Amino acid sequence: MQSNSSMRTPLGRVRGLGSAKSGTGHFWLQRLTAVANVILTVIFVFVVVALVGKPYPAAMALLTQPCVAILMLLFILSACVHMRIGMQVIIEDYVHEEGVKILAVMANTFFAIAVGAASVYAVLKLSFGG
Amino acid sequence: MAEVKPAARPLSPHLQIYRWSWTMAMSVAHRVTGTGLYLGTVLIAAWLVAAASGPAAFDTAQWIAGSILGRLVLFLYSFSLMHHMVGGLRHFVWDMGKGYEPQTRMAMAKFTLVISTALTVLIWIVVLATR
Repeated sequence: MQSNSSMRTPLGRVRGLGSAKSGTGHFWLQRLTAVANVILTVIFVFVVVALVGKPYPAAMALLTQPCVAILMLLFILSACVHMRIGMQVIIEDYVHEEGVKILAVMANTFFAIAVGAASVYAVLKLSFGG
Repeated sequence: MAEVKPAARPLSPHLQIYRWSWTMAMSVAHRVTGTGLYLGTVLIAAWLVAAASGPAAFDTAQWIAGSILGRLVLFLYSFSLMHHMVGGLRHFVWDMGKGYEPQTRMAMAKFTLVISTALTVLIWIVVLATR
């Protein structure tokens, strides 16, 4: 058995959440969305390439196919979650002033949600009849 | 007890101290491309919102995307997407506890650049051939 010679309390060690207070939650979510993003990015690239040079009606006909629209929504959601965590890591690495850091992390979350909401709104509006 | 003053010690060395290596360059590139993609999502969202706003707004968005500057941004975005994706695959290998040997690391770093460049060129060949 390990003796409690570290600075960590027995309770803290049992909880296993570390100094970030949320354990490996972000680490795992970043990997989970990364796996999803590999698949969804490939699909996204195919969709965008298929849209090149198409006039509006043809482009919208493709974009509003149920399967295409659902995959676009999944790509947006997975990408926004992934990029939010990724940017938070960058902020925490380079912004050391506590108040600025908290504001930056908060703004990062707002940004990811705003971009995600606008994109989801647009895809749904098109899909449900423009 | 003697007064304890925090000495102005040097912190851990930063980028400019190290000799550039393939692994370091690809690690930095992973962050840079990630940041680029982060900012680029604004353009994707704007493009989708334009499409949802109607034919006129969509045509404007398409015109911007087809301009010289638009194409440059799209090229950089597509390269960033491919580079970040292939770089991410490399991280999966490391997550499984493999690929830490010096030669393997170097090979994977070079592989990241070669494959992501090849995929980007492939995408643009298809785009330019089908338009």
